[in-house]
Amino acid sequence: MSFFKVKNIVKNFGGLTAVNKVSFTVEKGEIFGLIGPNGSGKTTIFNLINRFYPLTSGEIYFQGQRIDGLPTHKICELGIGRTFQVVKPLKRMSVLENVMAGAFLHTSNIARARARALEVLDFCALAHRKDMEAKSLTIADRKRLEIARALATEPKLLLLDETAAGLNPKEQEEAIAIIQKIRDAGITIIIVEHVMKIIMGISNRVLAINFGREIACGTPREIANHPEVIKAYLGEAYA
Amino acid sequence: MTAKGWLTPTVIAVVALVLPLILRDPYPQHILIMILIWATLGTAWNLLGGYAGQVSFGHAAFFGLGAYSAGLLFFHLKISTWWGLLLGPLVATAVAVPIGLICFRLRGPYFALATLALGEIFRLVFTNWVSFTRGAQGILILSTFPTKVPYYYIALAIWGLAMFTLNRLINSKLGYYFVSIREDQDAAESLGIPTTRYKMYALLPSAFLAGLTGAFYMNYIAFIDPHVVFSLGDISVMVILVVMMGGVANPWGAPVGAAIYIALNEIFRAWLGSANVLAFGILVCLVILFLPNGVMGELGQIRRTAFRQKPAAAGGGQK
Repeated sequence: MSFFKVKNIVKNFGGLTAVNKVSFTVEKGEIFGLIGPNGSGKTTIFNLINRFYPLTSGEIYFQGQRIDGLPTHKICELGIGRTFQVVKPLKRMSVLENVMAGAFLHTSNIARARARALEVLDFCALAHRKDMEAKSLTIADRKRLEIARALATEPKLLLLDETAAGLNPKEQEEAIAIIQKIRDAGITIIIVEHVMKIIMGISNRVLAINFGREIACGTPREIANHPEVIKAYLGEAYA
Repeated sequence: MTAKGWLTPTVIAVVALVLPLILRDPYPQHILIMILIWATLGTAWNLLGGYAGQVSFGHAAFFGLGAYSAGLLFFHLKISTWWGLLLGPLVATAVAVPIGLICFRLRGPYFALATLALGEIFRLVFTNWVSFTRGAQGILILSTFPTKVPYYYIALAIWGLAMFTLNRLINSKLGYYFVSIREDQDAAESLGIPTTRYKMYALLPSAFLAGLTGAFYMNYIAFIDPHVVFSLGDISVMVILVVMMGGVANPWGAPVGAAIYIALNEIFRAWLGSANVLAFGILVCLVILFLPNGVMGELGQIRRTAFRQKPAAAGGGQK
């Protein structure tokens, strides 16, 4: 039994097939990268996993349990957390309150939720911003808040959607450090990323997709040299 | 809560308890009761609209159902209208259940539109179902108490219950979940919050308190008709304006808004007649322009302006 398994998932938006028979498995403890050109269906796959959209067809299993069809909040309860590419801070709440909103998943006690949230903020190096309103954070801090909030729900599997996009090189280094810390804490990660340094540097395995279809799957080195991947990113002439 | 946290509510409670002993005329006592009625109704709306972000344009439905539950008890069964304080909120809550179950599945303005329709549906039904409701003739009862003082204390107790309920809810996990849903429903859902269920948890106590207010209103005013208690303009929309004036998502927003609304109403009615609503409307516009978070929400700003201090953030401090 694999830890997380996606089998032949398909998503049609009217006449457009955004995700076409994609299958992959993720093993416990690994960082699984998901790459592809813009519009290739990466974020859609995340939205299918946590059921912002219902599947057109296919199956998704988490720890042996079939989860497609469960509502979004239930999927989070089972232990799949996610961040958003277009960050969604709870704007008129403080950073601490944002993270507490996640921490309340496992407790109804305010003091306990606060303690848990402070721990997570510390882990994500965001504790110094805890009393700021979320809407006044910089983009780098907002990305980090996304991670902190998802971590507060104590996920077993974390879906990270472009957490390094729009960050400067120093902030990217910090983002990599946080992702590695999360992995070292025993949380399995699926990561969508355009910054190749991150994907190639920390992923155990990578799935490349284009036009909603799998074009290659393997180690980062295999993917980087795969002619289909090079064709998708750079064009026929370079393959 | 800290000692300081208890200070304000205690002072307000003491003042509220002795107030009718100082203001002995029926007229100021009537004004105080009307403020309490609006404060309670506003608090009910604020819980749902302010904290959970589910804007209701139909709180008159719950208010009117509470009032008619009391009135019809007496009219059909000759049971004291005071039992309406029990039945009214239950009827309002029962009606809220299917509304919430249907509308909360949808995103965006659907809930607001559905509640808008709801209030109007009840107004029309209660106007035209003459055999059951006496239609536009309304329901008239005899007042129980000859003086205003007992009504005042009952209204105060109901308002106290509303404030207590609001504070317990918003200072718990539910409060955090309500505000999360208001701020971003997708984010809330992905944090494991069953948003539909928690919107219900905001709607039901809100409908309950609105129904309770309506039932008290029947007892106090002793006359209701559908155009008064199910009014879109005078109840449903007015309660939104009252809360906006005082402060949305602020526990003291509704009481302060209610005090301003009723006071202005009394002042302007004397020399503007029915144009007094216009005066209130202009004031609401000014509040939205200059105090977008309402009087209570911008208290710091108001204080600084009043005492001509520069805002601390500008680095000036006191002169």
